[in-house]
Amino acid sequence: MAQVRVTVDGVNYADDVEPRMLLVYYLRERLGKTGTVVGCDTSNCGACTVHLNGQSVKSCSVLAVQADGAEVTTIEGIARDGKLHPVQQAFHEEHALQCGFCTPGMIMQAIDLLGDNPDPDEREVREGIEGNLCRCTGYHNIVKAVRSAAQKMKPGAVSTPEQTPAPVAGGGS
Amino acid sequence: MTTTAEPTTEVGKSRVRKEDARLITGRTRWTDNLTPPGTLHLAVVRSPISHAKITGIDAEAARQLPGVIGVYTAADLGAEAVGLPCAWPVTPDMKAPQRPPLAVGTVHFAGEGVAVVIARSAAEARDASDLVEVDYDPLEPVLDMEEAVKEGATLVHPDLGTNVNAFWAFDSGEAGTGGSAADAIAAAESDPDSIVIKRRFIQQRLIPAFMEPRSIVVDPTGEQLTITTSTQVPHILRTMTSVVLGIPESKIRVIAPDVGGGFGGKIHVSPEEMLCTLAAQKLGKPIKHTETRSESLLAAHHGRDQIQDLTLSAKKDGTVTGLHVALVADMGSYLGLVTPGVPILGAFMFNAIYKIPAYHFECTNVFTTKTLTDAYRGAGRPEATFGIERMMDELADELGRDPMEVRQQNWIKHEEFPFTTVCGLTYDSGNYEAATQKAMELFDYAGLRREQEERRRNGDKVQLGIGISTFTEMCGLAPSRVLGSLSYGAGGWESASVRMLATGKVEVVTGASGHGQGHETAWSQIAADALGVPFEDVEVLHGDTQVSPKGLDTYGSRSLAVGGIALVKAAEKVVEKARKIAAHLLEASEDDLEFSGGKFSVKGTDKGMLIQEVAFATFMAHNYPEGIEPSLDADYTYDPENFSFPHGTHLAAMEVDTETGRVNLRKYVCVDDVGSAVNPLIVEGQIHGGLAQGIAQALFEEANYDEQGTLVNGTFVDYTLPSAADLPSFTTDRTETPATSNPLGVKGVGEAGTIASTPAIVNGVIDAVRHLGVNEVPMPCTPQRVWRAIQEAQGRSTQETPVDTHSPGAGLGSIDPNNPQGEVQ
Repeated sequence: MAQVRVTVDGVNYADDVEPRMLLVYYLRERLGKTGTVVGCDTSNCGACTVHLNGQSVKSCSVLAVQADGAEVTTIEGIARDGKLHPVQQAFHEEHALQCGFCTPGMIMQAIDLLGDNPDPDEREVREGIEGNLCRCTGYHNIVKAVRSAAQKMKPGAVSTPEQTPAPVAGGGS
Repeated sequence: MTTTAEPTTEVGKSRVRKEDARLITGRTRWTDNLTPPGTLHLAVVRSPISHAKITGIDAEAARQLPGVIGVYTAADLGAEAVGLPCAWPVTPDMKAPQRPPLAVGTVHFAGEGVAVVIARSAAEARDASDLVEVDYDPLEPVLDMEEAVKEGATLVHPDLGTNVNAFWAFDSGEAGTGGSAADAIAAAESDPDSIVIKRRFIQQRLIPAFMEPRSIVVDPTGEQLTITTSTQVPHILRTMTSVVLGIPESKIRVIAPDVGGGFGGKIHVSPEEMLCTLAAQKLGKPIKHTETRSESLLAAHHGRDQIQDLTLSAKKDGTVTGLHVALVADMGSYLGLVTPGVPILGAFMFNAIYKIPAYHFECTNVFTTKTLTDAYRGAGRPEATFGIERMMDELADELGRDPMEVRQQNWIKHEEFPFTTVCGLTYDSGNYEAATQKAMELFDYAGLRREQEERRRNGDKVQLGIGISTFTEMCGLAPSRVLGSLSYGAGGWESASVRMLATGKVEVVTGASGHGQGHETAWSQIAADALGVPFEDVEVLHGDTQVSPKGLDTYGSRSLAVGGIALVKAAEKVVEKARKIAAHLLEASEDDLEFSGGKFSVKGTDKGMLIQEVAFATFMAHNYPEGIEPSLDADYTYDPENFSFPHGTHLAAMEVDTETGRVNLRKYVCVDDVGSAVNPLIVEGQIHGGLAQGIAQALFEEANYDEQGTLVNGTFVDYTLPSAADLPSFTTDRTETPATSNPLGVKGVGEAGTIASTPAIVNGVIDAVRHLGVNEVPMPCTPQRVWRAIQEAQGRSTQETPVDTHSPGAGLGSIDPNNPQGEVQ
């Protein structure tokens, strides 16, 4: 067992975990953060995308122990004071989801994309979310939603303060 | 519906969805989120070999692992004689093998379960499953459908004596619905003013690939056995579990909580569902199994996989005179719930929107040692639509005509509806002219044809092709009597209940089982109009057989066209019940009451009562008429009179690089006619998603097996679902020709995009390079295949490569080695 101390959606946790435990299973099975889901076993689908120290990662590709000392944000932690994040709101308004299984990961990736590029054109949105698969929407309305959110978040209206950039886990040590 | 200005109707409004609130915040209830206390986890030991005798199973090492409760074979679970059900015996002499939940003696496809491990945690179960040693004595795999039906072929199920599951035929001459196709084709062959075109098309094997892997929790604690499962068909599963395992139906509760997509892939009574049930009964504890994505791609059912031989005869003026269709369809190794019926659903759709006077269809269903096939979005109709829409392009090419013009010449005119087809189906309504005209304008058909001409003239490296698909389909499954005539093992009705709560809120219970379609929103709109209550006050309940005891679930674009009508009818009953009580309370005659906007008013007075007030008075029951029950609640079971026949015109502008074979979908325009739209926003979303799946068949996806019968692309690394970067935005529009077969005027929409788009894309690819001599590119039209087709047409030799579907750019969006952006490094 290895110890992991981590802040998830603003709450501090300290747990003993098997060293092989993936972050996504730690979130789901130990913390009950079942909003984040597992869609594949090869890191292709992106359904498990969360933010680790402010950057999107596929939480199936990060060991829980690699998140030690880090701050994790999941789909359950982005609405503030009962107010949806602008990207969540845009997904709703543009009908950017159907079954909703890819949606948590897709939203987390879209927020990350807009952090890097606050005003992406269609191509940039499509390339920015290409690591997240959706089988229901054909992506048409997802692209619309991300661009619509970008407009609403534009003049310094970003409700998610940038975290201090930190090395992103997922490979290396 | 009321058409007065006040109140505005809900039906027809682009309402954003109610169900989004939980889905965008992670407040979801997927089956895999549920783990009741005491749950044990089940892992399946799967065969890596496609066809083999099991000569020994050594589970000793697995049993020794901490946390392992046991390792069980079919015999250990008492499941050797269990057979998973097929509900569609297409012919009286159909050959059906027993499909055990775990292989007994012989494995018949790579991925078939051989044993299960049950342990305290999912990780322990999987660790232990790796330690179960199974000895196999390999047998010859059976992979080629045409070889499999030959004399002396290795038999998948020797006890059946053949690899042919069934032979099903329809002939319009024999049925009296048209002429003899054989005669028409023979006549054309000897007529200098006619032509005969023969083509072979391959419908490759696809995988539904819903985003939520299937998960099951079976809880035997309490009085009813509760099966929570990621399914499209909770009601069918309940009945079938009773039939298969002999548990009284009344002792089974099935719950489909939030279900993450299905596309036909979750219409089943799966081995894993039955194994969890058997294990739960044996051990008295909740049993859970969540498949990995790789397991899902390997062992959950696949779709399509047909060889189509088509012969079309026509006069040289373009008039089609006959169509002969001969299919060979791969069942895989076993029959699932509707496996043998899937290609047969296509039998009624090869004639499509055209007035074909003579038609013959025959299909040979064949067993192989591959994963079984079953319903995948469209189920039989995409295959048929592809076949005929490709043939119409071939006909136009042979005659040197514009392919749209040849279609127009042959299609059913608007004023000819209702039209009884050569298959005997009656299309109630349609307007192919209107949809086509709108689509051609949005697409700038003439302008793109000019550009195509120009590029050809200039010999541009990148050529432009225009792909057409003018489709229709039959959906809204289905009139029960028609299903009976096709030997289907159930009806096609759907059920709805409306419950008027004391506080004025309304519960709508539906037997349809949505899993992403937006039923909660659309049903709320329908109920709000029918009862005159606010949209927000309607709660839609489904997917739990104790809440929604009666239903036939969601598939075949049936939920709205059948289940939605059941709701309309149930609401009408509520209003009639409320009218009696309102009349009593208002001291008026029922005939003097009019109901509008949720209010019963006494004609010519200002007296009236809201339906919510009637509901409360009925709940109090202090004062109501003699001889009636104090309840407004009502049920309705609706059996449709006919299928619904949505149609549309889809146009694709395809750019093909003639030097590399790279294909670019530049523009996609479609105008669909799905009758009246309850919620245009949802309709549009269904079209978008359908398009993506149909385009994916044309360009990206194929389940490939090697010579040993092993699925070689059973992960999302190499089964290449399109990413956002692989697709463009779509231009969608609608015409509305209401269905005359139901009171809402609605037609199904769930499968339309998938059915229509595949031939539009392939026709476009071929149109771009037809002048180079190409008249066929097998799907998926990867750059390599397009390049090969061009080389072969130009008489140049190409080198064989063993697997040719995974060339770079073939939908590998997320793992493009040259562009690792977005990937965790």
